[in-house]
Amino acid sequence: MSNSHKYETVIGLEVHVELKTKTKIFCSCPTEFGGEENTHVCPVCLGLPGVLPVLNKRVLEFAIKAGLALDCEIAGFSKFDRKNYFYPDLPKAYQVSQYDLPICKEGRLEIEAEGKKKTIGITRIHMEEDAGKLLHSGTTITSSHYSLADYNRTGVPLIEIVSEPDMRSAQEARAYLEKLKMILEYIDVSDVKMEQGSLRCDANISLRPIGAEEFGTRAEIKNMNSFKALQKAVEYEVERQAEILDEGGSIVQETRSWDEEKGVTVSMRSKEEAHDYRYFPEPDLVPIVVEPAWVEELRNSLPELPDERKGRLVNVLGLSEYDAGIITGSRALAEYFDRIVACYEEPKAVANWINGEFLRLLNAQGLEVTESKIDPEDFAALLRYIADGKISGKIAKEVFAEMFEKGEKPDEIIKRKGLIQISDEGALSAVVEKIVAGNPKSVEDYKAGKEKAIGFLVGQVMKETKGQANPGLVNKLLQERLESL
Amino acid sequence: MKITQKDVEHVALLSRLKLSEEDKDKYTQSLNAILEYMEILNRVDTSSIEPTAHVLPLKNVFREDEAGETLEKELVLANAPDRENGCFRVPRII
Repeated sequence: MSNSHKYETVIGLEVHVELKTKTKIFCSCPTEFGGEENTHVCPVCLGLPGVLPVLNKRVLEFAIKAGLALDCEIAGFSKFDRKNYFYPDLPKAYQVSQYDLPICKEGRLEIEAEGKKKTIGITRIHMEEDAGKLLHSGTTITSSHYSLADYNRTGVPLIEIVSEPDMRSAQEARAYLEKLKMILEYIDVSDVKMEQGSLRCDANISLRPIGAEEFGTRAEIKNMNSFKALQKAVEYEVERQAEILDEGGSIVQETRSWDEEKGVTVSMRSKEEAHDYRYFPEPDLVPIVVEPAWVEELRNSLPELPDERKGRLVNVLGLSEYDAGIITGSRALAEYFDRIVACYEEPKAVANWINGEFLRLLNAQGLEVTESKIDPEDFAALLRYIADGKISGKIAKEVFAEMFEKGEKPDEIIKRKGLIQISDEGALSAVVEKIVAGNPKSVEDYKAGKEKAIGFLVGQVMKETKGQANPGLVNKLLQERLESL
Repeated sequence: MKITQKDVEHVALLSRLKLSEEDKDKYTQSLNAILEYMEILNRVDTSSIEPTAHVLPLKNVFREDEAGETLEKELVLANAPDRENGCFRVPRII
């Protein structure tokens, strides 16, 4: 065990985001995920000689929107560059990217980690093309004899969002990535699915003695495919570096890969010389001049962002920070909430059911909010039935589960299953009479002063009425009946 | 700045070029000649001139986000030195 508390952790993240366009960045091939190998390609993305790439305007629009949502300055003048390296996932032997004149720079993102708010700087956002996919013949790249290249993903538009080295713990790194994902989902520029690779994250990690000004030597960690992986990889890397420093060693600047199964980072370093990208301006693409009027138009088109939305839920609708945080955690969920509240103006009740039963069922079945079969109006109708005392909370859960399963309307389920709450004194008195007669032992206990015995009797009445009896009324009737004995 | 034979070897490696000793000599000389010419250009005062991003007087050439034709798979792989399962088969590279 090392003394990692002697050091301050410094983390910067580079996040690659696949944009949700219909077509690739420089050609009209589809961007669809999956698809038979090498069928979403054309001479442009295959890099055949003599072709001319042309920028997809929507890519620029999405990059600017991301920049605006992250408080960036949008460049009036921007251009593309070639990043040169040989690797078989790149048919041209260079990647078209942006070097010295990225489309956005100097933004910020507010995060909250371990109860503390903090602003993380965004250095830049640039546009680039994705590389293809290599399938290795063996189980891992090192045990493979050859690789198979599929270029369907080549040329899918990406933005790379580079943060300042402002994060100081694995929790902060995770909070940053979660917040970033949330914002990108809100502005609808990406699917942001880490497991499908539409959101990918690399972390630059270094340590320095507490109080030191200068940064230590950093390692770059790749291949983290979930928030949990990011957090675990950072934690591991901090320990690894602290141990080396404690032993008087020095950190090697290198790229390391997170091995999820073993829970370690492994050096990917091969030839140091590989990192000489020799960027130069892309002669096949002309510069981009962004008019301020267009930027303003895009700014006005942005939806309410997570922080604003959370603020409204807390300050206007009276939800707790916690509930509002969960609901605004995804735009789809926040909009679903708003639609229900529009039909039933009891935000707290709606929040309780969303954060309770709804999310529980959704998570249990691994579904997205948008896949829910419950219409917001039906959701509202069910809550109204509860408020009106027509069904009990317990029955409501049963009805809700059916609604979730089949998308049926609550009144239909209640009618079909005969679930309306029995609030009729006459009908309930008969049941109470029967239960009292059938459970002399509990009645005796109650009379002997064991007041708890009434709970058992209430339970019996509820059971007899298949949970449909109004529990408050049952209690009252039972008490009256017992007192009269 | 003077280009040495070591620089030439480095650039050749990055470009995956195999150079003979004779080539290395020749390229060292030509690259130095190019840089010497740059030195002459460097004497021009360009402090009030915007850097050139592109040689053509064009900007903002875009296409709409509309799907078009893709290439037939047989044609895609027509020039592949080796293939397997509809993919380009390439040497393992780490």
